[in-house]
Amino acid sequence: MHPVRHSGIRPSEITPEAVYRQRRRVLKMLGLGAAGLVAGCGPENAPSAAVAEDAGAATDKPLAIAKKGEYTLPDPPTSYKDATHYNNFYEFGTDKADPARNAGRFKPAPWSVEIAGHAEVTGKFTLEDILKPHPLEERVYRHRCVEGWSMVIPWDGISLADLLKRFKPTAQAKYVAFTTINRPSEMPGLRDAVLDWPYREGLRIDEAMHPLAFLATGLYGRALPNQNGAPLRLIVPWKYGFKGIKSIVKIDFVETMPRTTWNLAAPREYGFYSNVNPDVDHPRWSQRSERRIAGDGLNLFGNRIETKPFNGYAEQVASLYAGMDLRRNF
Amino acid sequence: MALFRDRIAASKPLVFLLCLAPLAALAWDTIQNELGTDPVAQLEHRSGLWALRLLLATLAITPLRRVTGWNKAVRYRRMLGLFAFFYASVHLAIYLFIDLGGYWADIFEQIAKKPYITVGFAAWLLLIPLAVTSTQKMMRRLGRRWGRLHKLVYATALLGVLHFLWLVKADKREPLAYFAVLAALMLWRLPWATLSSRNQHLRTLQRQPVPQMQHRE
Repeated sequence: MHPVRHSGIRPSEITPEAVYRQRRRVLKMLGLGAAGLVAGCGPENAPSAAVAEDAGAATDKPLAIAKKGEYTLPDPPTSYKDATHYNNFYEFGTDKADPARNAGRFKPAPWSVEIAGHAEVTGKFTLEDILKPHPLEERVYRHRCVEGWSMVIPWDGISLADLLKRFKPTAQAKYVAFTTINRPSEMPGLRDAVLDWPYREGLRIDEAMHPLAFLATGLYGRALPNQNGAPLRLIVPWKYGFKGIKSIVKIDFVETMPRTTWNLAAPREYGFYSNVNPDVDHPRWSQRSERRIAGDGLNLFGNRIETKPFNGYAEQVASLYAGMDLRRNF
Repeated sequence: MALFRDRIAASKPLVFLLCLAPLAALAWDTIQNELGTDPVAQLEHRSGLWALRLLLATLAITPLRRVTGWNKAVRYRRMLGLFAFFYASVHLAIYLFIDLGGYWADIFEQIAKKPYITVGFAAWLLLIPLAVTSTQKMMRRLGRRWGRLHKLVYATALLGVLHFLWLVKADKREPLAYFAVLAALMLWRLPWATLSSRNQHLRTLQRQPVPQMQHRE
């Protein structure tokens, strides 16, 4: 009756010496010249300090951020370590510590994304081609999980609308469907039929074209770690976290509402829209408040805060749903 | 000298300390900041798991006696049961005072509206009369009714497992494992219950349980 799932040390948990030494080098460098190392990252808000405590895998390369400061929040941010070691990415296991543990073998490069459906430009593109015309931007967003916890994360990436427009979607493109990579050899969680793989998500085209919708390639000024959805993931800050599909390999412009993974798993519990809404509970638990995971160290008391409609982005996005019954379209 | 003759009594302080070990580990990890990213969720999860484990351990005593013939094991049962109640209370207190905190009044609505909270709270409530009547004095005073009252433990265990099952998002393997253990412990009771009631006069049959148990498997 004692669960044995997490007992013992798995081979993947033992850090190879090269990686270990590399980490120490990175830590040293960060310690010596934090501001200079993370290009374009001023000392006024240096996430590198948070990164330094856990440099993670050697692949977390510093990114060149061209634009920042447009999307900021007064809320204290979540630490880099917490944001990268508490993940729901079932392809690497269902425990929130599993992705950080099991994603080491995943290869986010080389990467290509297939653009399909109702658009003038379709085909398979390398990630470099996808990203090339877009300067990287930092945006600090609130991240609300449907389970009732939330984080504040500085993402680095590009506007989803800017990218989608390059493929010139036609009038028939009413929705955008996204698919995660299906690579069982590198994603041990895919062996368990917990969900209907591959993971799929979708947005209405006007949601996808909203300026807040974002494609992240990094966080805290560094390339996305595998467990956070490397190399390319969706961020829709006014929706529950599971809408933020990770490790995207396909973007499909479609005419009808696509079926999405969690909706397929439990249609009563997870709707297509899944906008953060304190007035519409999950059938099994309340969504009125959330436990904010922010800052460093032990935060036992006073983490619970009120959940806001559209996760606090109502002013920007509520008009997308004018006239809709949000109780029915949950 | 008496202690040496009564090994059960002698071992009770050790069992008591063992039952406290999960709480000590929880306290230690809290002080050391080793509870991970969402410490409150960890405290809730671990205290709840230990309540459930100890409840199942309590229910395992009877099958253990039947299988091994080690009847004295029953003398550990009260302590295990009381510790199950203790961890369930710690679990509830963490939810109420640490997790909900300023939002504590929400618990009334949650008990009314959220089935997993409803059954979890009901499980804790049902443990109260069992804990209160766990003394020798109460056993004597209640007589036959004591046994009937303490059948509530089956309901409590079922509610506890449901509480776990209904809060899990998609991966139900762990709560289902607990459900399987509970089901096994309950099934174990069935043939014995019927045998002992129907064949009161055939007591000798019950003294040879092993072949029958093997046959069932």
